[in-house]
Amino acid sequence: MTETSFDMVIIGGGPGGYVAAIRAAQLGMKTCVIEREHLGGICLNWGCIPTKALLRSSELFHLFNHADEFGLSASNIEFDVQKIVKRSRKISSRLTGGVAYLMKKNKITVIDGSAKLKGKGVIGVTGKDGAGLPDVQAKHIIIATGARARSLPNLEGDGKLVWTYKEAMVPEFMPKSLLVVGSGAIGIEFASFFRTLGAEVTVVEVMDRVLPVEDEEISDLAQKSFEKQGMKILTGTTVEKLEKGADSVTATLKGKDGASETITVERVILAIGITGNVENIGLEETGVKVDRGHIVIDEWCRTGVDGVYAIGDVAGPPWLAHKASHEGVLCVEKIAGIDGIHPLNTSNIPGCTYCWPQVASIGMTEQKAKEEGREVKVGRFPYQGNGKAIALGETDGLIKTIFDAKTGELLGAHMIGAEVTELIQGYGVAKTLETTEAELMHTVFPHPTLSEMMHESVLDAYDRVMHI
Amino acid sequence: MPIPILMPALSPTMEDGKLAKWMVKEGDTVAPGDVLAEIETDKATMEVEAIDEGIVGKILIDEGTEHVAVNKPIAVLLEEGEDESALKDFDGGGAPPAAAPVTPAAPSQAETPQPSPEPTPQPAAQTSGSNGQAGRVIASPLARRLARDGNLDLSGVKGSGPNGRIVKLDVEAALKGGQAAAPAPAEATAAGQVVPAHTGSAAAIPAMADEEILGLYEPGTYEVVPHDNMRRIIAERLTMAKSTIPHFYLSVDCKLDALLAARQRLNAMSVEGSPSAFKISVNDMIIKAMAMALQKVPNANATWTEQGVLRHRSSDIGVAVSIDGGLFTPVIRHSEVKSLSEISNEMKDLAGRARNRRLAPHEYQGGTTSISNLGMMGIKAFDAVINPPHSSILAVGAGEKRPVIKGDAIEIATIMSCTLSCDHRVIDGVLGAELIDAFKGFIEEPVTMLV
Repeated sequence: MTETSFDMVIIGGGPGGYVAAIRAAQLGMKTCVIEREHLGGICLNWGCIPTKALLRSSELFHLFNHADEFGLSASNIEFDVQKIVKRSRKISSRLTGGVAYLMKKNKITVIDGSAKLKGKGVIGVTGKDGAGLPDVQAKHIIIATGARARSLPNLEGDGKLVWTYKEAMVPEFMPKSLLVVGSGAIGIEFASFFRTLGAEVTVVEVMDRVLPVEDEEISDLAQKSFEKQGMKILTGTTVEKLEKGADSVTATLKGKDGASETITVERVILAIGITGNVENIGLEETGVKVDRGHIVIDEWCRTGVDGVYAIGDVAGPPWLAHKASHEGVLCVEKIAGIDGIHPLNTSNIPGCTYCWPQVASIGMTEQKAKEEGREVKVGRFPYQGNGKAIALGETDGLIKTIFDAKTGELLGAHMIGAEVTELIQGYGVAKTLETTEAELMHTVFPHPTLSEMMHESVLDAYDRVMHI
Repeated sequence: MPIPILMPALSPTMEDGKLAKWMVKEGDTVAPGDVLAEIETDKATMEVEAIDEGIVGKILIDEGTEHVAVNKPIAVLLEEGEDESALKDFDGGGAPPAAAPVTPAAPSQAETPQPSPEPTPQPAAQTSGSNGQAGRVIASPLARRLARDGNLDLSGVKGSGPNGRIVKLDVEAALKGGQAAAPAPAEATAAGQVVPAHTGSAAAIPAMADEEILGLYEPGTYEVVPHDNMRRIIAERLTMAKSTIPHFYLSVDCKLDALLAARQRLNAMSVEGSPSAFKISVNDMIIKAMAMALQKVPNANATWTEQGVLRHRSSDIGVAVSIDGGLFTPVIRHSEVKSLSEISNEMKDLAGRARNRRLAPHEYQGGTTSISNLGMMGIKAFDAVINPPHSSILAVGAGEKRPVIKGDAIEIATIMSCTLSCDHRVIDGVLGAELIDAFKGFIEEPVTMLV
């Protein structure tokens, strides 16, 4: 007998949905997750996790090809694209299984099917095979349906020659040449992966720099690194049209000066943003507001329709799994009436890009701080000045910190270089604890580590840097 | 007896405000510290907290009502055992008899005039930071720094962070709401009348009730001037001072001739219009003399606390400045190391701003003694009330020509009578005598202030 009445029903079992479910269960709510494809959502299956697996393979390929530097010999390093992909798929399904286990452990009901809001507290469910399933009753409904690749009139994936992340994640062969449209995290990570494995990669970006959400200085350093690796970067450039051949695509690009050029590549990867999965889930019927492809929510993830909430990618930026998870937790805790919770402070959400060299940042960029009229102190420390970085052979990078000159508040930290995605959490903890420069200076960072640069960067902001 | 809750004044100049939001409804039980309502003025929004226990009997003013006059009853609390029948006499009329005032959660703004407020141990009425206990205030590093930079006493801030931690948002809100330095007892009376809470023994003999007083005068023969914040605070502070500090008084007559001559010579040397111009008054020299006297008799430069006598190092002199409707006592700090011209110029600035009620709290709070000079009013001598937390105050009378005996002859000299009020807990007779004697020495031989 399947239960159909719950305290909390979550539509979507990605990092937002399944985490919200676990929290709800921990707080004693009878919880159900309705998932139409696979637990873990895009993150585990077609996003965060598999790309990290792919990038690990390309990272090692790169290292093997430089074995000589480290006193090792290795020649004729080869790779098997299908095997690389297979590994990443195995990792995805292992983690999906893991989430299924967590659901069981927390006694959360999982319904395989697509959900549609029917009315107050009622959700219609259609099974994976298309058959109707019994309606589900819910006191509270959290919509966590995530998002998908955005397309534009002349830029649409066709599953064959023009790829979105879905095809790029499981290439059956290594293309000789690629055009990557969009230089956000997704575009750059794929560009990095394919370039490292030898494809000729051209990146086209409409803004004037790559990774446009990052601090300007970091974008510049990233572009320099990518170009050193042989990537062709065209900023301030749009794709006018794509003409498909038998096994290639010819793209017409328009540069900032207005001049057009064409480029012919084997495949195109579109990474021009994402749009929320807001269709066919009963939003119009129930009156849930949608704005430009995302559900409108307040700081507690409430939609304005009583008992209906939205979290994660479907609810707007930043489109990050950890943002979805935290929204899930705070939404559930607010419903449960827990004291002392606070809405998400977006300036304390780190963003990571796992290209090579890695990029990670948190808080305000230098430009934003200046735009707000703040007087700032900026510290910088280059990887070249760090012993561990040199010992690792990873000397490309920079750690930049930005402080409010008056109060010493850590406004932002922006990093590029090996392992910065693992380092950024230190600044995250510091920001959450409302550090000033003093506490960071007093923190003892271990030696020899890359993390020491985080300390030196802070010292540099106050003209006390030691190691450069 | 039902307790009326009055519209609080959030600043000395506030006349009325908007009752923005009720946080309780009729029938709710409230405990001391519970937020009852939010009050808005054009300057700030503040919370009004209950200081009594009770049940909200009746809400007299609706949410959203603007222009609610300060002191107007906005609600009535029923005490235990009372029911609605007790409310029959409350209709939002005038000042109720012996009401318990309401404590605003975030205290009044910077203009709160204080003789010399420093946080005195507060038994009941004060809202405290959620940290509550005396001792460590838990706050994030950034919050601490912002508080320090904004002269905000963290012990009065409610923390919204984990485990009541004070975070940046809390400090920013407190600074915006005008809570500057240490919330002092004044806040407790912003809305109501004199709070007997911290006058311990004084509460044993209550003051004459309004009803009784009004009963002694023929209606129509007087007009009622409502208290503004300053008046209320002066009443409360000085009643507390007189009833808790054991005052005694020491008087001396000082010969002013040498001082007046010195003053004339000094002022003649000032170049008018130049950046270093000065015009030293007799009062400036009195300030300096008192500063030097306190350095010479350091045991008298002290403050009583339950834990011990605080022996101050610098002579921070509060100087009473009369303003329209009341008085301020701006403090000249470290006056023992300031020159006469520095003291003079500082005094001019502070007095000018005091008259415009433009002093920041840190400019009139603290200090180690006070000087009150009524000489210009022709007063021969008087005994002043000590401003807590000081242990003394010097009352200065007019300098006038009087006959004096020199040897066996009568001569004429310019004499100024000064009376030093002393807190006997801190200053015993002989110590007080030493202090005023030192002061007299510096006044009569001003050149000794240079040594």
